[in-house]
Amino acid sequence: MRNYIIRRILLAIPTLVAISIIAFVIIQLPKGDYLDQKIAQLEQQYGDSSSIAQAGALRHRYGLDRPLPERYLKWVGGFVHGDFGESFRYEREVKDLIWERLGFTVLLSIGSLIFTYLLAIPLGIYSATHKYQWQDNTLTFLAFLGMSLPGFLIALTIIVVVYKLFGVPLFGLFSPYYQAQVGWTPGKVSDLINHLWVPIIVISLNGVAGLMRVMRSNLLDVLGEPFVRTARAKGLKESVVVVKHAARIAINPLISMMGMSLPDILSGTTILSIVANLPTVGPLLLQGLQDEDMYLAGTILLFMSVLLIIGNLLADIALAWADPRIRYD
Amino acid sequence: MTNMNPGSTANMQIEDELSEDPQALDRGSLSYRQLVWRRFRKSKLAIIGAGILIALYSLSLFADFFAPYSYITDNMLNRYVPPTHVHVYDTKAGNLRWPFVYGLKSTRDRETMELSFTEDTTKTYPVTLFHRGDSYRMLGIVSSNLHLIGSDGPFYIAGTDRMGRDLFSRILFGGRVSLTIGLVGVFLSILLGSLLGILSGYRGGWLDVAIQRIIELLSAFPAIPLWMSLAAALPAGWSGLQVYFAITVILSLLGWGGLARQVRGKVLSTRDADYVMAARAAGASHWYVITRHLAPTAYSHIIIIATLSIPGMILGETALSFLGLGIRPPMTSWGVLLQDAQRVTVVLHYPWLLISSLPVVIVVIAFNFVGDALRDAADPYSN
Repeated sequence: MRNYIIRRILLAIPTLVAISIIAFVIIQLPKGDYLDQKIAQLEQQYGDSSSIAQAGALRHRYGLDRPLPERYLKWVGGFVHGDFGESFRYEREVKDLIWERLGFTVLLSIGSLIFTYLLAIPLGIYSATHKYQWQDNTLTFLAFLGMSLPGFLIALTIIVVVYKLFGVPLFGLFSPYYQAQVGWTPGKVSDLINHLWVPIIVISLNGVAGLMRVMRSNLLDVLGEPFVRTARAKGLKESVVVVKHAARIAINPLISMMGMSLPDILSGTTILSIVANLPTVGPLLLQGLQDEDMYLAGTILLFMSVLLIIGNLLADIALAWADPRIRYD
Repeated sequence: MTNMNPGSTANMQIEDELSEDPQALDRGSLSYRQLVWRRFRKSKLAIIGAGILIALYSLSLFADFFAPYSYITDNMLNRYVPPTHVHVYDTKAGNLRWPFVYGLKSTRDRETMELSFTEDTTKTYPVTLFHRGDSYRMLGIVSSNLHLIGSDGPFYIAGTDRMGRDLFSRILFGGRVSLTIGLVGVFLSILLGSLLGILSGYRGGWLDVAIQRIIELLSAFPAIPLWMSLAAALPAGWSGLQVYFAITVILSLLGWGGLARQVRGKVLSTRDADYVMAARAAGASHWYVITRHLAPTAYSHIIIIATLSIPGMILGETALSFLGLGIRPPMTSWGVLLQDAQRVTVVLHYPWLLISSLPVVIVVIAFNFVGDALRDAADPYSN
């Protein structure tokens, strides 16, 4: 087991290198750079071209006049001591900008992942044990609906409806009072928890729909196995047969799917954050892309991929722990 | 289904199935396609879904005729008009009459300076079929100004947007982009996915390893952020058509990996089959084996995955355009329309802007129904 984990971690390193190259290249794709925009802006402001010299100096300072591979190496070289470059727009270290937002991103994603599974597994079991009855048909229909509705639309609708009905604005993760407060107090934490449930439900909906269907069909397969018949023949209660004998086996593929559902959850978090103005890295990524603030956008893209790799790793370890039949050597 | 043939192949199953499915008799003599079709049409949801899709595609293809207005006709006096009510009961005369609409009366709020609209019951305009309205050149061929339905009065059944353009007409026209982007994108994914999948499975070796690593790498990025990054790189000066195709390429860039994997698996399982060996031994070229023996076994797989991945692409385009990174005005798509609804404060004042989300949801559900039934039907020999 330990060897397996070590090998998986080692294998992730070349992936990380490749991902950092891809992220860097994608961020370099747009013609021009942030300073081109800045120059145009300065020219409009002062109406002369003296800003060009200033821009040249800036370009030199940020190393934008160096060739691409050199800039990449400089960017990656900084990672070792936690330097991810500087944001042009904010004129601050990328690290300082994204650190707290990254925390909220992870919080929202993990919260949504847990909620997805907490909801999907019981619903899937319920759906399978009521196969083709109206409960199952209703859940199937809802699952189709859930898979078809884009997350940002659900979010928009929920925000509008809740505001119209109760007059409660659901934007952001904090009330204005706590938004301004620096540092953490018990009041701020409970305020965060009060705001957290809406985004978590919205992000989870799409995932719940799909996973519930998988759980349903897995359980239906397992319920046809001979050992289930044996359990029933022993005179065990149906609930024990389903939950303790069948569901335990049917859950395993879902654990390995955890790694696969993370990208969707991260996508959902990104777009929802932009719509509902949540302090995750999503809105910052959009802004960074629009401003061609490349180190900012590139670092966010990189971190999102790193989160996925870690998620996949954890899912594999969880599977190894949950299913003793799997051998790793 | 005419060639009833209670031949020996079916005899074994007759006793089991005669009672519940009299058509099982001639199963042995039907082609694969007929069997798939027979099972497919058993799913009512899939038939409904297919019907909805056909209807929506024709509505947007002939949007010039079906929409009451053109998609760029603006009217600054009629900005943010709520959906028009079509009346059939004339309160003044107290009788039923041919559907009609009232005129608009606008009042400006003293404090907020916002215009609000009410019905002007002194003016009535009948709703007419084959109405003469904005002129157009349908598909660049037929010039006309005939619209299926319209009125001389304000006829905005889904309201108007911030430039006084009819939302319903814009939804029909927007469907042209939103509905086709999924098809073109899936076509590209199929091309790339089946080509690389077959190559990967058939050639094997380092090429296989390389392709599989690339697929793994692509799946290490979350879709929306990667799409956003790529879409943001499109030059600002590009024409609408260029952006359209660039977006389809971006969307299919992530879509082909899953397909390639499935095709590869299918090819791996058939590559060493006896009939393929026989073909090779008989002197068939690699090209012949791939196109005649390997590709056909993967067809049904490819079609199903394609159908099931169209909704994702439609949603992808909607999300990108919604964020302002996708299709650019004056071209319109459902995502572009929803862009107006991006600010919650705007939606609170003008909730009908959310109507543009309905077609997205309907189309995605319809494709899911059809794809789901196709998946079940693809293996018609199972019970």
